[in-house]
Amino acid sequence: MTQLQSVSSPSIHSEDRAHEADHPTSPVAKFGIEQPLKLDCGVDLAPFQIAYQTYGELNADRSNAILICHALTLDQHVANMHPLTGKAGWWEIMVGPGRPLDTDRYFIICSNVIGGCMGSTGPASTNPATGKAWGLDFPIITIPDMVRAQAMLLDRLGIQTLLCVIGGSMGGMQVLQWTAAYPERVFSALPVACSTRHSAQNIAFHELGRQAVMADPDWHHGRYFERGTHPHRGLAVARMAGHITYLSDAALHRKFGRRMQDRELPTFSFDADFQVESYLRYQGSSFVERFDANSYLYLTRAMDYFDIAADHDGVLAEAFRGIKTRFCVVSFTSDWLFPTSESRALVHALNASSARVSFAEIETDRGHDAFLLDVPEFFDISRAFLESAGKARGLDGTGG
Amino acid sequence: MARQEQALPLGGIAPDRTGKYRTDHLLVAEMISAGSKVLDVGCGDGELLQLLESRGIDGRGIELSREGVNRCVAKGLAVVQGDADTDLVNYPDDAFDYVILSQTLQATRQPKPVLENLLRIGQRAIVSFPNFGFWKMRLQLLVGGHMPRTENLPATWYDTPNIHFCTIKDFVQLCDEINVKMERAVALDLYGRPVPLNLPWWVWNMFGEQGVFLLSRGGKGK
Repeated sequence: MTQLQSVSSPSIHSEDRAHEADHPTSPVAKFGIEQPLKLDCGVDLAPFQIAYQTYGELNADRSNAILICHALTLDQHVANMHPLTGKAGWWEIMVGPGRPLDTDRYFIICSNVIGGCMGSTGPASTNPATGKAWGLDFPIITIPDMVRAQAMLLDRLGIQTLLCVIGGSMGGMQVLQWTAAYPERVFSALPVACSTRHSAQNIAFHELGRQAVMADPDWHHGRYFERGTHPHRGLAVARMAGHITYLSDAALHRKFGRRMQDRELPTFSFDADFQVESYLRYQGSSFVERFDANSYLYLTRAMDYFDIAADHDGVLAEAFRGIKTRFCVVSFTSDWLFPTSESRALVHALNASSARVSFAEIETDRGHDAFLLDVPEFFDISRAFLESAGKARGLDGTGG
Repeated sequence: MARQEQALPLGGIAPDRTGKYRTDHLLVAEMISAGSKVLDVGCGDGELLQLLESRGIDGRGIELSREGVNRCVAKGLAVVQGDADTDLVNYPDDAFDYVILSQTLQATRQPKPVLENLLRIGQRAIVSFPNFGFWKMRLQLLVGGHMPRTENLPATWYDTPNIHFCTIKDFVQLCDEINVKMERAVALDLYGRPVPLNLPWWVWNMFGEQGVFLLSRGGKGK
């Protein structure tokens, strides 16, 4: 038990997580049995709920709404304190007054994805048929399912067309799905550090993470709620492996090198001698406190299944044929999870569809997670792209 | 907006009257009708694209330098990072009304395929380039005995991105060779003024500091 001792004593309890899954701190849109979510796997999910946050004010003609799609392990708490961790919102650097996603100008919406664990219906939610957590009885969901649920939320909020849909990583996949499924509802799209399909390498990493969760004896085939356990160790390993893929060799080297953690000499044991080990253990242990293990299985699966071209006879350009949406595709040079080449392939397809597309590759050594960090060039581009989209849509510059 | 509505410099307007835009850009813009769809290959900081958009033209750009692209995107222009030599092949036939290659031909590795691609993607192409046959260039090589450098082309031979210099005469020959029709040709002198049209080619080749050409696909195969 030496390797993962740091993840053995979570400070947030399973009950808090379970409560947040059913009764979130966010506003909730509830959909009854008359409004099922039609899932790709053939199941009609009903009833279900979507938890979401909004920032800023919707203008009179409802033309300033921006939807943020969150990444795999994030949630709707973009620019407010996280109800479980007490930490700041994950994109406060990007969203707020005067920020690129300026809450003085735009109405910002972010909803927890279906299958998530922060208040939208997912495997951690209570199954109304049994009164217990869904667990593995929850149907398999896909990226298109997530987007379909978001579209139902927007209908509920009375928003027909979004000024922009923006998101990184799994969020970027949702952005692309929005443009493929509802092009007329998306005035502009800003997919960041993503791809139109999940690569074999990425599926492999996800499988590694899922196997780590399922190999944990506390997982109990997904019924850990009833046993009063949570597969902390397996989920932490999954997170550690995932986290490595979000960084880069250069970023890890710059941050940690081969430096030792609070010691001068190696201990000749399996303790976290190196700073990088200590960091990864911390990432693992803090993640398991706020995230549901089954949710991790479902969401990684949704990403694996994502392949826009496959839904259009294998021709990516067909997915965007005749599209009027303005695109700004952004990638980061050191991202090896969703390398620039994938964004370039998307741009080629958009060009072949005669879409209006900008493509900026931003030079940074910070890897995939660069979209969450302080990268001024990314902010400038996002800000200008939104301003130009707003201008084209006839938004006035008030508050800008 | 008034600035854009002024007459273009074809009537012999002095360069200082052309406002904030470069003369060759104004000349290019004048060749394109409003409502056209245009691709600017090697669009730099997006100066020409901004001029085109202000005239109601749907402009897109490709730029090699990442900084250039990001500056363009930050201006709200639709520009992608790409290389004229390798990325033009990804565009479908007839995707644009015009494809512009402004002061970029001499920096491509393969000018001939690039030119062929321009006229595959676009119904028409507008190409401008510095004329290496310009008298000042000739003089520097002939008398000075060194590779020419000018105000517009200040780089030394070892750090210049311009690897395929040609003269107006060379370019006309290339167009003939690949069956490209020259619809319009304008040579600009050192001050950006058009060299009078009624003068013979050798005068253009000698006194044109740069050439601007409106091209279309040749009617007959060779």
